[in-house]
Amino acid sequence: MREFEYVRAGEVGQAVAMVTADPETSYLAGGTTQLDLMKDGVLAPDRLVDITRLPLGGVTRDGDVLRVGALASMEELAADPTVAERLPFLREALLMGASPQLRNMATIGGNLLQRTRCRYFRDPAVSACNKRRRGTGCAAVQEVARMHAILGASEHCIALHPSDMAVALVALDAVVHLLGAGGSRSVPIREFYLLPGDTPDVENVLRHGELITAVEVPLLPPGARSTYLKVRDRASYEFALTSAAVALRIDGGVIGEARVAMGGVGTVPWRATTTEQMLEGSPPSPEVFAAAAELAITDPYVVPGTAFKVELAKRTVARALRTAATQGGPR
Amino acid sequence: MRVTVTVNGEERIADDVWEGESLLYVLRERLGLPGAKNACEQGECGSCTVYLDGVPVCACLVAAGQAESRTVVTVEGLASDEGLHPVQQAFVECGAVQCGFCTPGLIVQTHALLAASEGVPSDLEIREALAGNLCRCTGYEKILDAVRQAAGRADG
Repeated sequence: MREFEYVRAGEVGQAVAMVTADPETSYLAGGTTQLDLMKDGVLAPDRLVDITRLPLGGVTRDGDVLRVGALASMEELAADPTVAERLPFLREALLMGASPQLRNMATIGGNLLQRTRCRYFRDPAVSACNKRRRGTGCAAVQEVARMHAILGASEHCIALHPSDMAVALVALDAVVHLLGAGGSRSVPIREFYLLPGDTPDVENVLRHGELITAVEVPLLPPGARSTYLKVRDRASYEFALTSAAVALRIDGGVIGEARVAMGGVGTVPWRATTTEQMLEGSPPSPEVFAAAAELAITDPYVVPGTAFKVELAKRTVARALRTAATQGGPR
Repeated sequence: MRVTVTVNGEERIADDVWEGESLLYVLRERLGLPGAKNACEQGECGSCTVYLDGVPVCACLVAAGQAESRTVVTVEGLASDEGLHPVQQAFVECGAVQCGFCTPGLIVQTHALLAASEGVPSDLEIREALAGNLCRCTGYEKILDAVRQAAGRADG
């Protein structure tokens, strides 16, 4: 790890000012990605501003919206009674997302910003990585790939967004609150993440120094059925090959509202909008679920190692829909 | 920099700490507490598990400065003058220790699991709670036996 300066922020405005003023200064929160990548030499900031003691934690409910402080831990959010009651698939995504120790450390803001697990991105000895250095190429496209993206991907980058939590938040249309030197703004989570295009090093709309302060999560309607299905190489403690976050409101034998998002397939957490459109107004039958799941993957960019994900992702969505409709009811 | 931490109930001071040191390094190399182990250094193996302000964390991914003025309990802090903690005793009695490198992390994480459990944890709950603690001797069966015994299960 390269030498760096460590500063503990005393208040929020001071932290934002310090990071904004210097392109080589970064925030430090839970550290589970930041310190890991610094040890590997992927990140090498001159200075870290530790924000963990700032008053940006807590989970509070205001009517049908949950306000989650950026510094709330994954475990804290998973343990929240409103999440268990009204956002059960978010709770499942959080609990499947990391070990208990990491859930105690990792923050919600940091989870949204966690970096890809692409082995070529995480190995500075590999020179071809457009995400680390724009214009150098993509080793993953040329060499062995498996835990990589098939949607939003191109020859420039197939790095996967690894978060489980963000998949559920994308399905829920969460809103990300940001604070910058020029003031605050709110961004719908689907606009927060940027497709890599030919600038894979730019992953989201955050300007340098802008800080995530909170995430607002609309609650599912009472009686909604939801589930998070994560398919992986082993039963626990592994990143997703494919995953699906599904929430259904079924009224009188017809799907009134469908929310479907996928993980393990996209360069960003992926909302399956055409699948949702087909589901809404249809009866919740296995045949409808299978047909709607077929629409979940369009125009995939595959390399030999990732071709299996096309079929696996569709089946993951179909099974998640069946599970939500039959077992994902209010608990 | 200087880091002041309450460790196992005692205020401890470490001087000349480099910013890039982890809490794990401070505990092991500066405060003479080698119980927590240094293995993957990536938060994946759980060998370095300690309590930080009452919750288990991977000390390898806590920057030293982040621990300032906070409270740490390591595996060394679990036993009392009367002897080993029941979790430790169960690991001894069940033969749940092979090379021993993962054991301190497993002891702390099991301690946390049993402290938080209302009632007796199921095998699935135990497995999920210990998912982030890797045993490369693959001695998981005896480890599960030890946790069941410590939990007071009839099959323990």
